[in-house]
Amino acid sequence: MKNLIKKLVESIGPSGYESDVRRLVQEEITDFADELRTDAMGSLIARKGTKKGNGMRIMLSAHLDEIGLVASHIDEKGFIRFSTLGGVYPRNCPGGRVRFMSGVEGVIGVERLESSEHNITIEHLYIDVGAANREDCPVKIGEVAAFHRPMLDLGNRIAAKSIDDRIGVAILIETLRQIKESPHELYFVFSVQEEVGLRGAGTAAYALDPELGLAVDVTLTGDTPKGPKMEVSLGKGPAIKIRDGRMLSDPRLIQHLVQAAQNAGLPYQLEILEGGTTDASAIQISRAGVPAGCISVPCRYVHSPSEMVDYNDVQNAVKLLVNVLSNPIQLDKSAA
Amino acid sequence: MTGQSQDGSQLLKTDADQINLLEKLSNACAVSGDEGEVRTIVLEALKSARAEVRVDALGNVLAVCKAAGENPLRVLLTAHMDEIGFMLTDKEDGGLFRFDLVGGIDARYLPGKPVWVGKNRVPGVIGAKPIHLTTQDERKKTISLDNLRIDLGPAGSELAKVGDRAAFATAFQQAGPSLMGKALDDRLGVAALIELVRHAPAHIELQAAFTVQEEVGARGARVAAYTLNPDVAFAIDSTPAHDLPGWDETENAHYNSRLGGGPAIYIADSGTISDPRLVQFLVQTAEKHHLPYQFRQPGAGGTDASQIHKQRQGIPSVSVSTPGRYAHTPVMIARLEDWQNTLALLQAALQAISPDILTTSR
Repeated sequence: MKNLIKKLVESIGPSGYESDVRRLVQEEITDFADELRTDAMGSLIARKGTKKGNGMRIMLSAHLDEIGLVASHIDEKGFIRFSTLGGVYPRNCPGGRVRFMSGVEGVIGVERLESSEHNITIEHLYIDVGAANREDCPVKIGEVAAFHRPMLDLGNRIAAKSIDDRIGVAILIETLRQIKESPHELYFVFSVQEEVGLRGAGTAAYALDPELGLAVDVTLTGDTPKGPKMEVSLGKGPAIKIRDGRMLSDPRLIQHLVQAAQNAGLPYQLEILEGGTTDASAIQISRAGVPAGCISVPCRYVHSPSEMVDYNDVQNAVKLLVNVLSNPIQLDKSAA
Repeated sequence: MTGQSQDGSQLLKTDADQINLLEKLSNACAVSGDEGEVRTIVLEALKSARAEVRVDALGNVLAVCKAAGENPLRVLLTAHMDEIGFMLTDKEDGGLFRFDLVGGIDARYLPGKPVWVGKNRVPGVIGAKPIHLTTQDERKKTISLDNLRIDLGPAGSELAKVGDRAAFATAFQQAGPSLMGKALDDRLGVAALIELVRHAPAHIELQAAFTVQEEVGARGARVAAYTLNPDVAFAIDSTPAHDLPGWDETENAHYNSRLGGGPAIYIADSGTISDPRLVQFLVQTAEKHHLPYQFRQPGAGGTDASQIHKQRQGIPSVSVSTPGRYAHTPVMIARLEDWQNTLALLQAALQAISPDILTTSR
C-alpha cells in the first residue's frame, strides 16, 4: 500500500484542479468498481454492489484535492505573487518548493520583515522560478501550483505533502479492492474542492441521496512538543470522530464503529476536534439530512509540506472499514 | 444593434439606447431586499424579448429563451439587481435616523454623503461635525457608525420610517470614455444581460436570472440556480479596479483588475473556483474575436457563482466582470469600452458554446 500512497502524494491536485489525481485513482479502481463516473464538479464516483436485504445506500468520501497556490501577479523582476487555494499557512511557506500544473517548479521566498515582531503574511511571499524578468517568466496569472517534495518513508511513519487527504483516498481505494461481499450499495466518492469549503462532497451527496455518510480524512494530534491539547496520537489506531468544528457525528454511528473495532480487536481512538471539518459535515446536511460520521487518520503537521501519519493507523483504518462495510449496519436507537 | 466582427459573425454593439437604459438602471435605487425599482425596469425592457419571464418567490426575474432544437445546452447567466446601501434602524427627533449598512461598505466613506431614503427618495445627508468644530485629534480618527446619522430634516421626518432603505444619491453621467455612477456594480451586468436575452441564440436554452440579495450573500442566485438547474453558468458582475500607481513608487501588485483591460475573467475567488473548461473557452472566444480580456487577480471576493456552482449536483460556473474603480463607494468609474467588450465576449461565447464543453478534459 506504500507504493499506492507514494503515487498519490507525489501527484498534484490543488482544489479545482484535481484531474491528474482523479486519473490516477480511476486507473487504480477501474477493475474493482461496478460503475464509475465523474460528476459535473469533477468528483469521481465509484459504485460497488447493490442493496440486499437490510443493506443501506452508503456514501464514503475522501477528497482528491490538496491546498495550493494560484499566481496573482508577475512583477517586473519576474517574481510571482500568489493567492491561496485552501488553508495555506504563510509561516509554512518560506523555503518551500512548489510545482505548477504546467510542470514549472520554483521556490518560495519571503520579503525582509520590517521587524521581528511582524508575522509573515501571504503578501510577504513570492515564488521564484528563476526568471530574469516578467517577460522571461514561464508562469501566467491564474496558473495553479502545489507544494512539491517526495514522500519520506520512515518505516512505521510516513511524511509527505498532501497526506491530507491522499491518505484517505488510499484507504478508500484499498477498502474498495478488499471488499468481497456486502449487503450495501457502496458509493466511493473521491471528492473535489474540500479544502475550499466541502464543495464537491455537498453536490455528490445531493446526487447520491445516501442513507449513511462516512468521510475518511486526517485529524490533528496532541502528541507533539507544545502541541494542541488533544487526546489523539499517532500509532494508537484510527480515530472515530465524535465532533469537529462543523459536525456532531451521529451517535448511533459512533456506537456502531466503536463496537465493530472492539469486536474485531482493532485499536481505535475517539476524536474531538475543536476546529476544522470534513466532507462528512456537508453530507450530513444534504437534502433532508443524512446520518454521518468520519474515520480520521491522526496526522501531524497538517497543511504543511510534510504531513506525517503512522502506517499502522492507515492499515487499521482499512481493516475497520472493510469490516464495517461487509456487514449489516444497525443504527441502535438507544445510542441516540 | 449588431455589427460585423472580423470573422464575419455578429457581435453586439451598443448605441445611445443602451447607454440611456444603463443611466436609468444606475439611477434607480435597489438596496438588497428592496429591488422593486430595478425589477420594474428589467421587466419592461424584456417585453420585446422572446423570453418566458417570471418573478420567483425571492424576487429574482427569471427569463428563459427556449432553444429551437431538442436537448439543448442550458446556460444560466446572472446579473444582480441589488446594490449596497443602508437601512434605517432607529428614529430620533428632528428627522435624524440611526442606520445600518447593507452589504460591504467602508464606513470611512460615509460622512458628508447625500442619500435617497425610501421608495419616494426622500433626500437626506449623512452628517458629521464640520471641520470648524473638530480637534486635530478627532480628525485622525474614523467616525464609527454609532456616531453617524442620516439627517432628513423636519420635513423628511414623517416621510421615512425604520426599515426603509437608503441609497447613495448619485446621478449617472458619461464623461468621454468614462461611465460614472452609483450601483454600476452590477447595473452594468443587468444592462448587458438584458441585451443578451434580446439576442439569445437559438441553439441553446438561455436562462437569465436578474438576481436579488447578491450583496448580502448571493441569496437570490442560490434559489434561481436551484430552480433553473442549468448545465453551465456565467455570473456577470462588476469587479474593483484598483489600478492606480503605488504612491510610494512600488509596483502595484494588488490591482485586482485594470480599467481598459477588457472583461475580467475569474480563475478563483473566495467563493468559487471557476471551471477551468469555461475559463479556457472564454479565453479562446476572446482571442478568436480579437477582444481584449484580463484575468481578475485570484483572491478574496465573490459573485453569484459562489452559490450557483454548489446547487443540486454541481453546476460548472465562471464569472466575467466589467472592471470599475471605487466599487462600493458613492460613485464608480468604469470604461464604456470595457462594458461593450464584456457584452461582446459574452455574446460571442453564447453563440459558440455547445454541449461539447462538458466532455472536454478539464
